[in-house]
Amino acid sequence: MAIKDYIRERFFPHMWCPGCGHGIILNNLLRAIENLGLKKNNIVMVSGIGCSARISGYVDFHTLHTIHGRALAFATGVKMSRPELNLIVPMGDGDALAIGGNHFIHAARRNINMTAIVMNNRIYGMTGGQYSPLSGYGTSATTAPYTNIDHDFDVVQLSVAAGATFVGRTTTYHVQQMVDILQKAITHHGFSVVEILTQCPTYFGRKNNAGDGVEMMKLYKDNTTSIGSKKKQENPDLIERGIFVQKELPEYCDEYKNIIARAKGK
Amino acid sequence: MAKAKLKTHSINREWCKGCGICVEFCPAKVLELDEHEKAVAARLSDCICCKLCELRCPDLAIDVVCEKEKEGTSEN
Amino acid sequence: MEKSVKFVQGNEACVEGALYAGLDFFAGYPITPSTEIAESLSFRLPKKGGKFIQMEDEISSMCAIIGASLTGSKVMTATSGPGFSLMQESLGYAVMAEIPCVIVNVQRGGPSTGIPTHISQGDVMQARWGTHGDHSIVAMTASTHQDVFDITVDAFNISETYRTPVILLLDEVVGHLRERLDVPPPGDIPLIERLRTSCSEGIDYHPYLPREDGRLPMSDFGGVHRFNVTGLYHDMWGFPSDNPGVVQGLIRHLVDKIQNNVNLLARYKEYHLEDAECIMVSYGASARSALHVVESRRVRGEKLGLLELQTLWPFPEQIVREKCRNAKHILVVEMNTGQVMEMVKSSVDDPGKVFLANKVDGIFISPTDIRNILRVVQGKGV
Repeated sequence: MAIKDYIRERFFPHMWCPGCGHGIILNNLLRAIENLGLKKNNIVMVSGIGCSARISGYVDFHTLHTIHGRALAFATGVKMSRPELNLIVPMGDGDALAIGGNHFIHAARRNINMTAIVMNNRIYGMTGGQYSPLSGYGTSATTAPYTNIDHDFDVVQLSVAAGATFVGRTTTYHVQQMVDILQKAITHHGFSVVEILTQCPTYFGRKNNAGDGVEMMKLYKDNTTSIGSKKKQENPDLIERGIFVQKELPEYCDEYKNIIARAKGK
Repeated sequence: MAKAKLKTHSINREWCKGCGICVEFCPAKVLELDEHEKAVAARLSDCICCKLCELRCPDLAIDVVCEKEKEGTSEN
Repeated sequence: MEKSVKFVQGNEACVEGALYAGLDFFAGYPITPSTEIAESLSFRLPKKGGKFIQMEDEISSMCAIIGASLTGSKVMTATSGPGFSLMQESLGYAVMAEIPCVIVNVQRGGPSTGIPTHISQGDVMQARWGTHGDHSIVAMTASTHQDVFDITVDAFNISETYRTPVILLLDEVVGHLRERLDVPPPGDIPLIERLRTSCSEGIDYHPYLPREDGRLPMSDFGGVHRFNVTGLYHDMWGFPSDNPGVVQGLIRHLVDKIQNNVNLLARYKEYHLEDAECIMVSYGASARSALHVVESRRVRGEKLGLLELQTLWPFPEQIVREKCRNAKHILVVEMNTGQVMEMVKSSVDDPGKVFLANKVDGIFISPTDIRNILRVVQGKGV
């Protein structure tokens, strides 16, 4: 298996729970990278803190395992200094949108060329199942014993509003679509966001009677549909999958090159 | 995917955590969990080489090699 | 090339020093009284092909410079009180991951929003212990623009030598005061460049294995060596470890690489210490007033001296003890409630002879303020 060339095999089996969707994301992210033929020395993966963040330890790239919520800020420094490197920034939902929400919208606004992957399992797994900004109203968590009264973000709408020039969503069930969207996101010249719904059977599943990994993936199959599908018109509650935004706008590092030229010309 | 013929279907038992995702979603029902809660290809001749088990395996434990495609460089 | 003479603010002297040292990347967020550093660098850096970015806050500014440093850039950020508080977590990350970087804190009155446009030296202990956990840190300061320039160059050199963040603790008065600065020609002050590994591609490179001399050669992100960087305790490859031996070895290394070099890192200036009966210990803008008192009283035959500290952390205990051994009184002049005084007390043979001459009302401590306190200490009354 060629994707084994992209991992640090000595750390396997990985630390994620049986049935956790994060491994499926790792699996298909590597396939996307393999299909694109990217060189390992040209990839920097920056992650934050949490179950999601452990992904960077398993890949044989330049890897930066940072602090909670700040992965995009670290990545911005790397990218500005070395614009030729490919920046991939996987984050959990709490990591990206609670503690890191401000960095998320500002990185999107700048349109700096990197790929933000929101590994959305709707829970804080590493700390044992507290509600996240994506858990949603009415869900249960260890910190929502009487059910959650917080409303969730729509990651896609938030990213679009913040100015991301590529926004996609898929699930761990839809693996071929995941590879396709990730490939397009990584090659996109600008800030790309890919939200991937990923199951946490250990905490979200158990707390919300959603079953094990298999059952949760069946829900992704049943509760999602392609963007603008007939099914969506019939059932507006379905979550849409696909590429929502894909547009070319001036990229931040390119713009800064122009600044340098302007400064030197004066 | 064009009709490919299965060459090898290997499962890394050290890495497999027995979640059953491959078993459930295999369109040809090739896979099972054995008594140690590890995935095994019980009906190998039924495999249609769709590779969905490989893609959906959260443990990166499954490797499906088919006749038609070029062989990978990997080991064992 | 000739030296160039400028008439600038202390914040600009810091900018000149950083550029002289080879600054490549700056990330910051506006905050009084440090903003001129960001403003000036937004203009100057792109002229030399460097990069400037105004981030969304101080947290991300500190994170961005760490990311940039890992690609081989010389990096800096600048802030003041509240912003420095926000940077503490990622400052700890830079300590743990051994990232060369320079953090300027132009101190203002705190706590909280405090008194933004007025002076204080209240962040000395925060510089030492602001981030959580056991660690060691380098913090430096200066009282004149020439010294701000020199110490800024020094800060970059130290950060590269020891793979550590270095904090520059300036203050509002030095930051905003205008005076002459001579920028020396390139090459006059030696620069320490990043030590890069000589391991070639395919050779097992250990980013966290110190050489015999204690230095750790680096490899840039994007280079031929792919390794892991983490804020967790880690092994010599940078991979997380909770092995007790690894944990103890790393914390010992992080502390020892600074504390074993206290005297090498100590920068200070001394004035008339030889026969001084009363020694003032001061730093930053306060040292300007203290020096004025010393020089003016010396004319009258009073045996006053000044020990001006430029390295505050690691605290040069041995130097303070030896320099102050024969003094009858030691007067610590600072603009806080005695943060350095406590360190001086714990350094000298007889803490009973250490007194504090301070001011904490946002107004710069004047020579008259010091003279009045000095009279009381000397038993002369007001």
